[in-house]
Amino acid sequence: MDFLVVNFAEILFYCLAVLTVAGGIGVLVFKSPVHGALSLLFCFVMVAALFLLRHAEFLAAVQVLVYGGGIMILFLFVIMLVNIKGLAPEQAYLSRLAPLAIVGGVLLGVLIAFGLVFGTLASGHGDGTGLRMVDGVEIGNTEAIGAVLYTKYLVPFEVVSVVLLVAMIGAIVFGRRTAGLEAGEGGVSHD
Amino acid sequence: MIDATHYVALSLILFCLGLIGVMMRRNFITVLMSLELMFNAVNLNLIAFSFRLSDLAGQVLAIFVITVAAAEAAIGLGLIIALVRLKDTVALDEADVMRG
Repeated sequence: MDFLVVNFAEILFYCLAVLTVAGGIGVLVFKSPVHGALSLLFCFVMVAALFLLRHAEFLAAVQVLVYGGGIMILFLFVIMLVNIKGLAPEQAYLSRLAPLAIVGGVLLGVLIAFGLVFGTLASGHGDGTGLRMVDGVEIGNTEAIGAVLYTKYLVPFEVVSVVLLVAMIGAIVFGRRTAGLEAGEGGVSHD
Repeated sequence: MIDATHYVALSLILFCLGLIGVMMRRNFITVLMSLELMFNAVNLNLIAFSFRLSDLAGQVLAIFVITVAAAEAAIGLGLIIALVRLKDTVALDEADVMRG
């Protein structure tokens, strides 16, 4: 029992890490996109819990709201919309290069893991007090992010809104029924 | 004691899973979901080092990454709709023409 109490943070991290990886593997191996999407949702929630452990409370909430709420609903909506009947599941499953892809991915992972094991980049401990402080006064994480985001990082914040606008226009153009330049019903007439 | 190395290792596993998924699957929707997995790995890395350095810059950057991921998801799903209209399939290797 003492072991559980003393090592609570470690046990929590390893449980969450295993569940996160399990969710990620589920995305790869489930043949049905709906099952993959639900597995991905599980993975997102576990990552949000990991954010909480690193004192990123605001980002944990954003992760659940934006990923779990927004992006996941978008995925499920599109899966329902396209309704893939013409494609048998086993036919749509793997590309021809799948063995090569697995070998390449594992090889890259092993290479970076070597750097991680023999390097000293990530060693040492932080305490995370700087994540709650602004100008030496201890406030919450959300307030601290707001204070930094709207002062020091104001220009990137405004630029990102342009990115969102471009993405919105792009999505509308792709989604139009006549997704080209030729004139037609719903399209732009050029004469 | 859990330090940044553990988080980087987990993020490495997630990133490689996403990479394998992007290269391995034929289903466009699943490929996009694997991309989201890779974005999550990057965010995990940023958060871990933000905690290690007690610096909010990592968390602010993670917010921007989430925004870009949302934009990418919207564009990608628009592409899926266009591909289904054109070819009536979501298999990526069927997308072999520049315009339809």
